[in-house]
Amino acid sequence: MKTNFNDEIVKKFAIATVLWGIIGMLVGVFIAAEMAWPLLNADIPWLTFSRLRPLHTNAVIFAFGGNALIGTSFYVVYRTCKANLFMPKLASFVFWGYQLVIVGAVLTLPFGYTQSREYAELIWPIDVFLTIVWVAYAVVFFGTITKRKEKHIFVANWFYAAFIITIALLHIVNNLQIPVNWHLSYSVYPGAVDAIVQWWYGHNAVGFFLTAGFLGMMYYFIPMQAGRPVYSYRLSIVHFWALISSYMWAGPHHLHYTSLPDWTQSLGMVFSLILLAPSWGGMINGIMTLSGAWHKLRDDPIIKFLIVSLSFYGMSTFEGPMMAIKTVNALSHYTDWTIGHVHSGALGWVALITIGSLYVLIPKLWKKEAMYSTKLINTHFWIATLGIVLYIASMWIAGVMQGLMWRDINADGTVVYSFAETVKATYPYYIARFIGGTLFLAGMCIMLYNFIMTVKSKGDAKDIAGVAA
Amino acid sequence: MEMTSGWSLYIIIIVVVHIVGYSYLLWSTSKMKSDGQKQGETTGHSWDGIEEYNNPLPRWWLFMFIFTILFAIGYLVLYPGMGNYKGTLGWTEEGEWAKENTAVLEKRAELFSTFIDKPIPQMIKDEKAMAIGERLFANHCSTCHGSDAQGAIGFPNLTDNDWLYGGEPDTLIQTITNGRNGVMPAWGSALGDDGVKQVAAYVRNFSEEGQDQDLVAEGKGKFAMFCVACHGADAKGNHLMGAPNLTDTTWLHSFDSSMIETILLEGTSGKMPAHGDILDSGSIKTLAAYVYSLSHE
Repeated sequence: MKTNFNDEIVKKFAIATVLWGIIGMLVGVFIAAEMAWPLLNADIPWLTFSRLRPLHTNAVIFAFGGNALIGTSFYVVYRTCKANLFMPKLASFVFWGYQLVIVGAVLTLPFGYTQSREYAELIWPIDVFLTIVWVAYAVVFFGTITKRKEKHIFVANWFYAAFIITIALLHIVNNLQIPVNWHLSYSVYPGAVDAIVQWWYGHNAVGFFLTAGFLGMMYYFIPMQAGRPVYSYRLSIVHFWALISSYMWAGPHHLHYTSLPDWTQSLGMVFSLILLAPSWGGMINGIMTLSGAWHKLRDDPIIKFLIVSLSFYGMSTFEGPMMAIKTVNALSHYTDWTIGHVHSGALGWVALITIGSLYVLIPKLWKKEAMYSTKLINTHFWIATLGIVLYIASMWIAGVMQGLMWRDINADGTVVYSFAETVKATYPYYIARFIGGTLFLAGMCIMLYNFIMTVKSKGDAKDIAGVAA
Repeated sequence: MEMTSGWSLYIIIIVVVHIVGYSYLLWSTSKMKSDGQKQGETTGHSWDGIEEYNNPLPRWWLFMFIFTILFAIGYLVLYPGMGNYKGTLGWTEEGEWAKENTAVLEKRAELFSTFIDKPIPQMIKDEKAMAIGERLFANHCSTCHGSDAQGAIGFPNLTDNDWLYGGEPDTLIQTITNGRNGVMPAWGSALGDDGVKQVAAYVRNFSEEGQDQDLVAEGKGKFAMFCVACHGADAKGNHLMGAPNLTDTTWLHSFDSSMIETILLEGTSGKMPAHGDILDSGSIKTLAAYVYSLSHE
């Protein structure tokens, strides 16, 4: 059987996604345990929460999420353009270069080499190299689009394209730094300007990396697995343009009631509310794609992953705009509610859509009839869902409780509870969160086993039609 | 600080362009002709076998979108957002804080009125004053001095009636209002390693027997030369400089000889932050009374 380069490179990304996912989530589970039992750091600096937390966020967002996005975008773009990937050697460079960036993160962050910018902790030499890798990625992706043999560009590719262009812009603007030596540099922006640049980046990393990119994945893998047409072309137009333009404004809601000017905060809030409908446009288009084939939700655990991910997506994109309202934010800000919100997006949406897509993709890439065990996919689904629910529910309760305790004041204006008392009250919820995270990680391990067994299994599928050359 | 009118205009324009843009997008796509295809037919495109319907925008979704746009317009009329335009409500973040803060201070003044004019030694007998003082202490002081006020290494114990700067009511008010900066200079270069050991032995000799008397004798001379200016000829300290009494068993850092030697070598400093800008004078007096009560019946 002749090998198809396009599939070979996507295979590498699929493997990297699962492995980095397990590593990133393992670090997450460990630091969740540290929140409940701080002595676990054993007084070793690189085991402390502060050093490992950026490693966790970088590993799950950029290593797990990033490999999933680049890998599936290569797959989707070559399949829907009926064209081989542009410059295959460059595509290989993108893979190995990207892994090198991640290894660079692992070798620097735990040892305290950091820019201290949220989700952009990597020190400047790694940032520069990542820029090169990202430009190479853009060349491969857009090169393939230009070579397409279909007149129209498929909707998934709009979202992948927006993701690639915007991440380049965000990465460069947020990381404009003046280097002092090989690992230390200072931001070119002063004070409050620096703060809003960081959250313009931070929120759009959520918007374009964790939302637009994964919507691209959704628009291909849901219709593919359901065997149904996309629900509405015009809905995809409205929600695409409205989503990418309103996300750009939403950053200031991370800085409500700070030294950021009032007008900036107001605009951040109202555009975050406008963002609700465009976000839900993607959910409607995905879920309604199943209309007329609802029975698949019962029979096919892969469809369960894909559709439930959209439910979590809908839930967190409703919760986000609500939390951006200043009076709500006054309660939720700085509490664990934020952590719960992030994980309903990260575990519920990003991870579930990725897992579902990988279950569609793996048998196709390795030319098998199906995954080794459908039953294990089902087990994975339920253990992951249970883990997410436990995680989010405990953080909701903890967050609302913290917010209420912090704002509770005596008649004389003093606060009723000291900070330490709120930490003590949060303890049981930290344990519940740790259990939720552990369940989710266990699901990923089941997936790895199923993945390995699928690849090792005999019984190749009939040669799946590659690119019509 | 206001931005220039050019920037203000720029912000207003891009906000308006976005809001008009969304409205146009909704209007044009909800009017979109279905390219001749009937309900239930796809657009005719196919990518890797995936086709597309062109169903109309769900009405409830459309209304939700329109509602958020209307909300945004209303909000930007009422509140600051459009560049330098202040909004019809005149709302500012600082104004809101000032309003809440004034309300608390007024309430506080009312609560204080029954005891605040009494001298501190009498205030400590007022249960209400002490309850408020305890809460103020928990809010503002306990981070360093501990919730039991017994301090920690480098942070003085406030319950033992042993004071660095003095424990008189007025002194306490002065300390809380303006803060204190305690400085012990580094003597390593003047004393040398041997000198440091000798002076440490001399100091420890006041409160613990069994020191090497040769070292103590050497240390005595050096103490007289370098240390008496602050700690006094009798080593009993000086409230004016915040220099601790070295002859008692109370130690700000530690009686441990290596700690004493390190401080002699490298010096140390302590900072009690000023609270005059943070707290009103009534709260400061109530706090001073609470601290006073910890070492007085």
